[in-house]
Amino acid sequence: MEIPYAVQARPDTGLFNAKVGIWLFLASEVMLFGALFSSYILLRVGADPGSWPHGLLNIPIGTFNTAVLITSSVTVVLSWASLKVGNFARYRKLQFVTILCAVGFLGIKSFEYREKFAHYEVWQTDGTRRIGHIDYNGRSPLFWKTETLRQMKLDSIKFKSDPYHYTMSTRDMAAGKKAAAGKEHPMEEIKTADIKRLSAFVPAHGTYFAIYFTLTALHALHVLAGAIVIAYIWGPGAKLWKRNPEQYINRVEVSGLFWHFVDLVWIFLFPVLYLL
Amino acid sequence: MEPTLHGAHGAHVHEAHEVHHEEPGFWRKYIFSTDHKIIGIQYGLTGLAFLLFGFGLMMIMRWQLAYPGEPIPVIGKLLHAILGDEALGLHPKGGYFMNADLYNAFGAMHGTIMVFLAIVPLAFAAFGNFVVPLQIGAPDMAYPRVNMASYQAYFLGGVIMLASFFVPGGAAKSGWTSYSPIATLADMRNLFDGQTFWIIGMVFLITSSLLGAVNFIGTIIQLRAPGMTWMRLPFFVWAEFVTAFLLLLAFPPLEAAAVMQLMDNLAGTSFFLPTGLVVSGTPSTVSGGGSPLLWQHLFWFLGHPEVYVLILPAMGIVTEIIANNTRKPIWGYKSMVYSILAIGFLSFIVWAHHMYLTGMGTKISTFFQTTTMIISIPSVIILTCLFISLWGGSIRFNTPMLFALAFLPMFGIGGLTGLPLGFNFADLHLHDTYYVIAHFHYVVAPGTIFALFAGVYFWFPKITGRMMNEFWGKVHFVGSLIFMNAVFQPMFAQGFAGLNRRMYDGGATYAGADGVVGIPQSFINMNQGISHAAWALGLVQIPFIVNFFWSIWKGKKVTSDNPWEATTIEWQAPTPPPHGNFAKPIEAHRGPYEYSVPGHAKDFTPQTQP
Repeated sequence: MEIPYAVQARPDTGLFNAKVGIWLFLASEVMLFGALFSSYILLRVGADPGSWPHGLLNIPIGTFNTAVLITSSVTVVLSWASLKVGNFARYRKLQFVTILCAVGFLGIKSFEYREKFAHYEVWQTDGTRRIGHIDYNGRSPLFWKTETLRQMKLDSIKFKSDPYHYTMSTRDMAAGKKAAAGKEHPMEEIKTADIKRLSAFVPAHGTYFAIYFTLTALHALHVLAGAIVIAYIWGPGAKLWKRNPEQYINRVEVSGLFWHFVDLVWIFLFPVLYLL
Repeated sequence: MEPTLHGAHGAHVHEAHEVHHEEPGFWRKYIFSTDHKIIGIQYGLTGLAFLLFGFGLMMIMRWQLAYPGEPIPVIGKLLHAILGDEALGLHPKGGYFMNADLYNAFGAMHGTIMVFLAIVPLAFAAFGNFVVPLQIGAPDMAYPRVNMASYQAYFLGGVIMLASFFVPGGAAKSGWTSYSPIATLADMRNLFDGQTFWIIGMVFLITSSLLGAVNFIGTIIQLRAPGMTWMRLPFFVWAEFVTAFLLLLAFPPLEAAAVMQLMDNLAGTSFFLPTGLVVSGTPSTVSGGGSPLLWQHLFWFLGHPEVYVLILPAMGIVTEIIANNTRKPIWGYKSMVYSILAIGFLSFIVWAHHMYLTGMGTKISTFFQTTTMIISIPSVIILTCLFISLWGGSIRFNTPMLFALAFLPMFGIGGLTGLPLGFNFADLHLHDTYYVIAHFHYVVAPGTIFALFAGVYFWFPKITGRMMNEFWGKVHFVGSLIFMNAVFQPMFAQGFAGLNRRMYDGGATYAGADGVVGIPQSFINMNQGISHAAWALGLVQIPFIVNFFWSIWKGKKVTSDNPWEATTIEWQAPTPPPHGNFAKPIEAHRGPYEYSVPGHAKDFTPQTQP
């Protein structure tokens, strides 16, 4: 038994089956990310004053990562076009760049994540709030929280404060950064008794980082899944090119459509999370 | 070069394959099958098992409501042996009674199992899988392996939900709606609590329905036989088509919400936890800043289309059976199609009528009240068309037809009692009472479940090649009709009296209150009658279960492929249909319901007849 229109397009719809499927799947994905973006808006609009961070993400790195993904989108469509004219070798090269870009994107993203896990905010009992890095025997520890201090029986922590806080306006933050550029941040000693709350920039820090990590991690999962599928078709799945080139081109096209969607999500994520 | 060869070669290879056709082994044929009919049967049997299990939970809960705190008879000991001291307390007179947490867990799991593991898989996936490809003249679904994955994800989701009864603290106990912050705070002691299992189980179920929905839409768009134009599709196919769109687009927001609630449970975030949250007298240490209303919006954005996911396939099934047994065309087929499309669209913009009590604002309430009133119009059109279709027909009162006929008034009651809930001023009084329970159970229980029974009796001969027993079918019908109404009708009265629907003791709390604040004892006493009716409803399912299994092996064999003399294409396939479905190429030449066409020799003209 053979399923009709699995490879050839159905005349009245002009589509082969998998293409209908991927478009429907993408419609569902739009609703998934749409719900999370809507949640972002609702949480941000309803945030308590001074609790919605801004200016904490690394814009140059984010911009670079955006460029990496856009490059991969270009190579993915060029590689498909190469297959269409029968140039398998060129497809192999271009799609290799796509996979490299995907891996590069994930690598840069995990570097960004790690940076956040070592970056802290301290809420002191007198109402002072500062952000910066903890110095623990010359190392910069990850994932500490208020209970960590109690569990480790620390009387105080050494804290390198940043010369700004996200409660400042964008302009004041930039001025603070500029003034302190190139200088070592001053180290202070904060008593555990004076600390009301300590949190790294992890999801539990507040709703901003909660939605930031949820959205970007979900997106990273999509990048990973897309990269695995594209790499499979590129590598072990390439035997199909000899047997049934038309079906092979269809597969490349469908995986490419998914890849474009993943890029498009990032195009929305970048300004929303980094710039706004 | 290859592609041009493909067409000519394809046919040749196909024939060669037929000659050397190897029968797949047991595992490939029945467990890891990609055949839409086997998958439909898998969905059907699993769904029926969950339907019985979910009903069983409720029968135990009805004991607690009728006789609060009394030891559970018959199965009390067994429950205690399975669920332990935490769930059931030892009664001074001996025997075990149900703890409040267990009652809440059973309530939450009853809803979850009935909606996500029983009705949707049965109505949408089981009947859809078996019937839709046959009705449109396709050899299989468009993506057979995706179809298999869909069933497997559903099965895993079911296993996770069942496993959650055995984790420390028991299954999820915050209602099938899992409102935050209760859902996050209900089991603070355990990191992997019942709620976490619930969320992970839901992710599997959502994945399953996503794969299913893509498959149905893809199949209906791509695999219609030649001549099967959109307006020649049987109404059941239309119903599945719209339902699939609802699942495709409404479930992802719940998935997003589930991910966020999972983060709240495991990563300590505050998506749904507000600032200044105090738990058991202690200020919570979470960051706060979240919004409990956000969960409700995301949940009901799924939840309301989900109601139509439950009811539209049922309408489709009923339409097929009514057309067949009145022996005349469906009245207003086109207006029914347009109505179902309108319902599909409107069902996305009525969700907040579940949230009038949250104080989200009168302007928002007014908007959703208006859309809710509008969506009742296409529903009424469909029901009216079905009623008018009966007019002047020579009706055959067989078991499937009896269930289909009963669906009409039962769904009618369910739908009409929804109108007061759609108006926000009436809803304020009724929302937290048994009135709501009665309303949506009338839609889903004597509504959808009756349609499912009708479908089982109707398509059974095509699936197995044997008829189900008519006499026991009628016993099943009469008993179900009486006891369904005996269960749910009194709940309207209880609701009007103001009986709260979430009480563990069935309203005994009111006993000490004065007549103004409390509820008259007579309304609380109704609980016992309702419970007895519920158990009787369980008893009258026994003829169905026995009839079902007996008929698979011993039922009367069908003498033709078309025992009901129906027009739609599934009856043109061999019985039971083989892998690949049809013995000859299929082409549609006419509409789906050409019964009693003047001048024809027979009173039915199959769609395939030129």
